[in-house]
Amino acid sequence: MVMTNVAAGSALRVDEVRKSFAVPDAPGTRRLVLDGISFSMAAGELVSLVGPSGCGKSTLLRLIAGLDLPDAGDLLVGEEEILGPSAERGLVFQDPNLFPWLTVRRNIEAGLVARGVLHEKRHEVDEFTRLVGLGAFGSAYPHHLSGGMSQRVALARALINHPKVLLLDEPLGALDAFTRMRMQDEVLRLWENRRTTMLLVTHDIDEAIYMSDRILVMTRAPGRIDRTIDIKLLRPRDRTSDSFLRLRSQILEHLHFAGKAADV
Amino acid sequence: MRPAAARTQLTFVRTQLKNNTADRLESRSALPWPIQLAVPVASLITFGIHLLFSKKWPPLETRSYVLLFWEILGVSIVLSIAQSFWAGLRQWMRHMWPIFTAAILLLGLWDVITSGMHLLPLPYFPGPATVLRSLISDRALLLDSTWHSLVLLLSGYTLGVIVGLVSGVCIGWSTSVRYWGMPLLKVVGPIPATAWIPLAMVVSPSAIVSAAGLIALAVWFPVTMLTASGVSNTRASYLDVARTLGAGRAYLIFRIAIPAAVPNIFIGLFMGLGASFLTLVVAESVGVKSGLGWYVSWAQGWAEYGKVYAALIIMAAFFSTVMTLLFKLRDRVLVWQKGMIKW
Repeated sequence: MVMTNVAAGSALRVDEVRKSFAVPDAPGTRRLVLDGISFSMAAGELVSLVGPSGCGKSTLLRLIAGLDLPDAGDLLVGEEEILGPSAERGLVFQDPNLFPWLTVRRNIEAGLVARGVLHEKRHEVDEFTRLVGLGAFGSAYPHHLSGGMSQRVALARALINHPKVLLLDEPLGALDAFTRMRMQDEVLRLWENRRTTMLLVTHDIDEAIYMSDRILVMTRAPGRIDRTIDIKLLRPRDRTSDSFLRLRSQILEHLHFAGKAADV
Repeated sequence: MRPAAARTQLTFVRTQLKNNTADRLESRSALPWPIQLAVPVASLITFGIHLLFSKKWPPLETRSYVLLFWEILGVSIVLSIAQSFWAGLRQWMRHMWPIFTAAILLLGLWDVITSGMHLLPLPYFPGPATVLRSLISDRALLLDSTWHSLVLLLSGYTLGVIVGLVSGVCIGWSTSVRYWGMPLLKVVGPIPATAWIPLAMVVSPSAIVSAAGLIALAVWFPVTMLTASGVSNTRASYLDVARTLGAGRAYLIFRIAIPAAVPNIFIGLFMGLGASFLTLVVAESVGVKSGLGWYVSWAQGWAEYGKVYAALIIMAAFFSTVMTLLFKLRDRVLVWQKGMIKW
């Protein structure tokens, strides 16, 4: 198994990013989705992005992935500007989006095939299949897998490229509560193991507090980063400890307020 | 668990077990007598009908038909004995015997209507014995015609599929190709390929080549249409994921869009196959001087309707075999969809 203690991730900097979309119903008008987003992440940091739905979290993630380009502002990984998608920035969606025509193993090796390095790195396929605990399911097709298993495959598929930044768009959102908690530990284990920089979008405040070094709270319409909360608790964290619960109510209160303000 | 509840549970489990054993015994036991006897009895009935009505026929004319019944009777008795030793055969017989029985009885009905009661005018509607006789006496020419049809069908179909896949992928993937290609496809595609026959006869030096071209055209339209819609409807998130995995354009087209379109492509292949049968038969009866389509119109010219029906029987067997092979191919290629296919 790959065990690296050096930070494999890269720093990420988002500077005054704005993004708007055309409104399909009203031609000529544009809706501002992100209004001057700025933040930065240190290499190997795990940061969560929370906020009401429709605040542009997913849009921001797509910009960082390079799938869309911003109207204004800079996005930098290390010193490099983001100009398009790249294997250096992995993305995992809420829907695992496994390619249904490929077996688990072929899904995991997709990144190696896409980059044309399957031949040199074939040994890593087994490694990553085992890393996510799916050694016995290599030849299964995705429609045989449960939600949790599918999401593990999606994680392995993103990780096999050794991305410098891993973007997670509510990856555990569709799982039941128990699977979800187990998968949170799983993701943490992968993060500690790989030390990749992780940006996690989530609806779940508990998940954000349990997992991240820092939480960015966004407001809605247009999306702005409203607040940053450092989580200083030691890992593994206790979901029932006083300090955990205090943070929780603090964020909830804030979100409730932010939501109301936006609704007016 | 409380004792009463436990007892209920136990009874339940026991009933389950008993049911399971019953099921297993059922499938292991011999075939029920009615099913075993169905085919021999049906063939005896049909044979009886034949004997009743064919007294006025010279015995030579229907010898092969009589022989067929002895064969069916013999084979069905042998299989009835064999199935008690062979579970796979039993399963197959359980499934197929009712169908065979019905088919044999239909043969009898045909005999009653035609040679028995003369409800339909001759020579257009000969009895089964006459058809079988034509089938056997003209087998060399029929075989040769089938071979020619097969070659023509396969060359036309293959050409149409290859061109259709290429044009479908281009139209489905590239917006500029779609802009120029789609109107052409929509205007030219719906014209039945057979409508081009006059033009094809003028343009092409050989009838075979123009027939292959027409079949290809008939196949090309549905394959292109369905491939294009499959490719252009590829889930955007598959493409997004692939891009973040480092995929270039070739990977996106050949490893994402085309595999995602395969279920659609198969629908196009099936539609194209149906169109190719039609075009094949028409082209053969109009211009090409060989093949089953030619045979049918040739036999009709001599008013030998027994041969016409013999050729139709061969055609049915030939086309349904080709169709079955395509189904088998689909099941193999779309193994990843298992449980999702409903057709």
